[in-house]
This record gives sequence, structure tokens and C-alpha cells, in this order.
Amino acid sequence: MRVTTYREALREAMREEMQRDERVIIIGEDIDAYGGTYAVTKGLAEEFGRDRVRDTPLAEGVIAGAAVGAAMSGLRPVAEIMTINFSLLASDQIINTAAKVRYMFGGQTNVPVVFRMPAGGGAQRGAQHSQMLETMYAHVPGLKVVMPATPYDAKGMLKSAIRDEDPVLLIEHELLYGVRGEVPDIGEEYTVPLNRGDIKREGTDVTLVTFSRAVHLCLQAAEELAHEGISAEVVDLRCIRPIDLDLVLDSVKKTNRAVVVEEGWKYYGAGQGIAAMIYEYGFDDLDAPIGHVTGVDAPAPYAKNLEKAAFPTHTDIVAAVKKITPVRSGR
Amino acid sequence: MVIRDLTLAGLNKEQLLNLHYTMLLMRHFEEKAAEGYTLGKIGGFLHLYTGQEAVGSGVNLALEPNDVVISSYREHGHALAKGVDPNALMAELYGRASGVSKGRGGSMHIFSKEHKLFGGYAIVAAQLPIACGYALSAKLLKENFVTVVYFGDGAVDEGAFHEALNLATVWQLPVVFVCENNLYSMGMAVERAWAVSSLEPRAKAYAMDFEQVNGMNALDVFQAAQKAVKRARETSRPTLIEAKTYRFRGHSMADPTAYRSKEEAEQWRQTSDPIVLFENALREAGIANTEDFKKNDDRALQIAAKAVEFADSSPLPDLQSLTEDIMVDPTGAIAWRRPR
Ligand SMILES: Cc1ncc(C[n+]2csc(CCOP(=O)(O)OP(=O)(O)O)c2C)c(N)n1
Ligand SMILES: [Mg+2]
Repeated sequence: MRVTTYREALREAMREEMQRDERVIIIGEDIDAYGGTYAVTKGLAEEFGRDRVRDTPLAEGVIAGAAVGAAMSGLRPVAEIMTINFSLLASDQIINTAAKVRYMFGGQTNVPVVFRMPAGGGAQRGAQHSQMLETMYAHVPGLKVVMPATPYDAKGMLKSAIRDEDPVLLIEHELLYGVRGEVPDIGEEYTVPLNRGDIKREGTDVTLVTFSRAVHLCLQAAEELAHEGISAEVVDLRCIRPIDLDLVLDSVKKTNRAVVVEEGWKYYGAGQGIAAMIYEYGFDDLDAPIGHVTGVDAPAPYAKNLEKAAFPTHTDIVAAVKKITPVRSGR
Repeated sequence: MVIRDLTLAGLNKEQLLNLHYTMLLMRHFEEKAAEGYTLGKIGGFLHLYTGQEAVGSGVNLALEPNDVVISSYREHGHALAKGVDPNALMAELYGRASGVSKGRGGSMHIFSKEHKLFGGYAIVAAQLPIACGYALSAKLLKENFVTVVYFGDGAVDEGAFHEALNLATVWQLPVVFVCENNLYSMGMAVERAWAVSSLEPRAKAYAMDFEQVNGMNALDVFQAAQKAVKRARETSRPTLIEAKTYRFRGHSMADPTAYRSKEEAEQWRQTSDPIVLFENALREAGIANTEDFKKNDDRALQIAAKAVEFADSSPLPDLQSLTEDIMVDPTGAIAWRRPR
């Protein structure tokens, strides 16, 4: 094991898969000459050549469509969409083509494509550059939506995504690229499955169900809650479609309480979907209504003070937990 | 002295010196913004207009106050030319309540109803279809305004560019499309992105009048814009203008500019600075001298410095404003609870 960043981990995953399989290519805006918008693809064009690492014109629709077509005809494309905000221009091909063709053509074709894109706010980038939007994709049958929170998971899941036969969206977070964590040494092969969550901290009093950057907020909250005598378990879903539901339900069976934590908007979103599944399949295990910590129901503001108030913090999580969890006496 | 009667491109000394001042205001404003960013007073993305001043100022000189301007995230210069108060503009960059968009928009989302500077859009090429809509209003509501929309060479790669140009011709819309071709979209060199080397064949494809101009020459830009605006106003027909220019700084303040050489950028600054070129032209024509230029420079610098003072001393937005102005009808919020 060694310590590396989320950014490096993603790059290593692509490098290793490109070495392993010649069919793997990367296309996207500013992945080569610019050095990668978030420097994830830096150096890969030099290493693998510009046939396999291709800067595209500024056109998300054709990036997505060409990636889908290439995937259907033998290549294994990794398409980088600069941010999830711009994926709305690619979403037609992702939702109307990638997610549909296998089914509507009677199972005759596969779409082994990966769409990588960062989401999220918190850097004062304003209303059109700070969205999560994972909900939109997680809603769609035919897609996998992966949202790793740590370098270990990012590398292992991107490798799995590239080998996967189905279309996978790997949604990164703009504020996670510099986050450091333990990753196996180079040459030590590992992957992380796309249908398994991970308990990032064990606990007995309440289950925090979360994904992406909010995992780190939950870990911070759990630490604070521990000082107050509340033992919180942090379930990192890692992948929201498919969701590792049994991991969540088993945890809730143990703690009898759940708070769902996400950065995105509250209504009709991933978090409400997760809460609904817990109610549907784990109702008898609940001792309290499920808590829900989210971003404020508004477009993201630019001003620093407003933005700070718009996104959830560990303090919000602590408060939500306390609302449904009695502090046990004798601790 | 005869000097008073001299003109260039049909503009008198006062108009020419105003044009000069506008360019300098843009230049100094952006330098102050860059300082604000470096000091951490401005956050998020900051895209400067430095190097492209001749385009926004030249086009604007062809406009009436009632005409509409729509732009991208690189819009500070367009806003200043349109008359937006530098104080309120800088305050927006600083995220203050006194900003044009109440601090909620930031550098990329400038909007001034008063000056008909209708955004500041940060999704590349989104502003072109929007401009078509404004032009449709002008036509159907019989309001005689012209809509000018600015965008970069990168926007040309998006489907929205093609859809908008086609619609503008089919519907005969009074709109002027101004492409500021600064040779790069982020790190993508235009010759690697475009199948053709100029926008002329694209305009032809949409049966649209076209003009390519030296975007470093404010008077060339002005004259092309004048024709296009006249065409739009009098015959309700669109025009595509390609202004060849260069951004002297990186794409945004976060850009390490690895995709172009320092020498290339330096060459442009040395030989094609639009302000220097304009001063040379005025000097050669015997219309203005170094003293005139210095006066404008001092004034522009002072206004930019004052804008910083204003912004820095303005209050932050109220926290309650976080959820204001989302919709006209606040009961349109998702979970309206009945008062009980
Ligand atoms: C749809 C979309 N894709 C990508 C981006 C990220 N992005 C912002 S500006 C830009 C380059 C645009 O270049 P150009 O149109 O030439 O304008 P310039 O920045 O040179 O003024 C890119 C890729 C975006 N904002 N919107
Ligand atoms: Mg450009």
C-alpha cells in the first residue's frame, strides 16, 4: 500500500487498462493539449499516442454518440465529459442510445462505454457549474452509476467500469481530486465490483447512507457524534445504480435508524429513492423516521457565504442524527 | 486647428477617444479583477477579456442603447461597453449584494436589465439559440431592437451554433452573431477543431451574410458591425461576423496555458495589442496625441480602482436571499405547506 490522490488513482486505472487492452481509448475535451481539465488524463496521450487519446472539438453530443458507436463496434471507449453540467448536452446519447440499444435491439448489441465526469459544487462556480445530477442518470434502466469517494475505490471501480460490458457513468467530484488515500502498489492488481457498497466506519446507533464526497462529511460527523456518545455507521454506497441494498438493510437492522446524506437537491432525487427502498424493504427495522440531509432546494449561488449555506456540512449531519437518535445513558 | 474636423471611419475625435477609453476601461478592469482573484476576493472561474477589447468596444459603438447584447462567461468587456456600472460589475465578481446579479451569479453570469446586457451564460453556445428568441421577440412585438450575441470559436463546434444560424436565416431574425475567434477554446487550437479555416463556408451553408474582420482593429470591427446592425434593423436579416483576435491571458485564471508557447502569446502582445494599434492609428491620422491617451488611461485606471473599493466595502448578500428569486411564484417551490 501507498498513499496517492483520487486524481492519480483514476489516471492509474486508465493507464493500466490501456496497457492491458488495446481496444481501450479515451476521448474528450481538453484531455491532451490542455493537460486535462482536472489533470486526470495528464501524460496519457504522450504515453499511448494520439490515436488512442483524442482531444475532441467542443461538442458533447458527438463525444457521447461517437463513444457509444465505437463501443458497439469493438472499441472500449472512456469518454471524458468535462463536467456533469455539460453532460446534459450528451445526455440524449447516454439516455436515449447507450441505455436503450441492447434492449430495443433484442439483446444483439452491447455498449461497453464509460462516461467519466466530475460533479458537485463548493468552489463558487455558480448555478450552471455546481450541480450533482446523478439522480437523472440513476433513474434510467440500462445504466450503471458509480460514485467513488476514495482513491482506492476510484481506481478499482474505474478498472471494473472499463471491463464492464454495459454503459457505466463514473461520476467523480470536483473537490475530491486532491484527496489522498491508501491504494495498493503499482503492479498489485485489484478491482472493486460495481455492485458492492462499503462500510467506511462501523457503528451501532445510526446508519448514515451516503456516496461521493458526502462520505467524507459523514465520517467527520461520525467522529463528532462519537464524542457525544452516538455510534454512527457510515455506509458508502460507492455505486447508486445498482445499489447494494442488503448492505444498507443489514446495517439498519442493527442500528434501527438511518440518515441519508447527499449533496444534491432534496426532492425526487437519489436520496429519496434510497430512503423509499429502506422504507419498502426495512420498515420493520426502523425505530424512527429516516433523516435526510441534502443541498438546499435552490440553484447554486456564487457568493461565498450563500454557497456555504447551500451545501450540506458535517454539522447538518450531526443535527439530523441527533433529531432521531437518543443519546444512550451510561456512556 | 483643423484637427477637430478629422474623422476616422466616420467617427469624430470625441467618439474615437470614447472608444479608446472603453478599451482601456476593459483592460484596467480586468487587471483589477485578476488582482482580486489572486487575493482570494474573487472565487470560482474568472475569464478575462484582455486582448479582445477591440471586438466588444467596436461592435458596441454600432449599437443603440435599446439594442440587446447576450454573451458567454467572458462578458465583462461586453458589459462595460454596454454601459454597465463598473462598481456593480466588480461587486458581482466579489459576490456582494450590490452586484448586478445580487452576488448570486458571479463573473460568468452578468445581467443588467437596465443596459440590456442580457447574460452571461456559462454553457458554451447556449447563448446563440437564446439570442434567436430575443430577435424573434423584436420581430413579432415590433420592437425595433437588434440582438447581438458574442461567442467564441469553441462555440462553433456545438450543435447549438448550427441550429441557431439556420433558424435565424429561416425565420429572418434581426440578430448579429459575433464570433470572437481567439484561436483557442481552452486548450483546443481552432485548426484542430474546425473542419474549415474560416467561418465563411459555415455562413454560406446557412445562406447568411458574413464578414471576417481583424478583431484587433476596433475600427474594422465597428464598420463590420455597423453594416450588420443596419441589415438587421432595416431588413430583419442576420449576419455572422468572425473577429480574429487573441486572448492575452489564459482561458481562465486557473489555466496553466501549457498548449501554447510563451513566445506565441508574447508575439501577439507585442505586435497586435488592440489599444496600441488604435493609438497608433489615431496618432498617425493626427487626431489625438499621447496626452489624450494618458488622460483616458488615468481615468480608466481610477474608475477600475474605485470599482474595487466599492466592491470590497459592499456587504455580503443576506443569507435569506439564498432561496429568493427562484421563481416568480414562490408557492411554485416543491413542497408548499398549507398554513394551518
Ligand atoms: C457545453 C460546455 N462544454 C464545455 C464547457 C467548458 N468550457 C468553458 S469555456 C470552454 C472553451 C470555450 O472556448 P471558446 O468558445 O473559443 O470561447 P473563449 O473561452 O475562447 O472565449 C469550455 C470547453 C462549457 N462551459 N460548456
Ligand atoms: Mg476561443
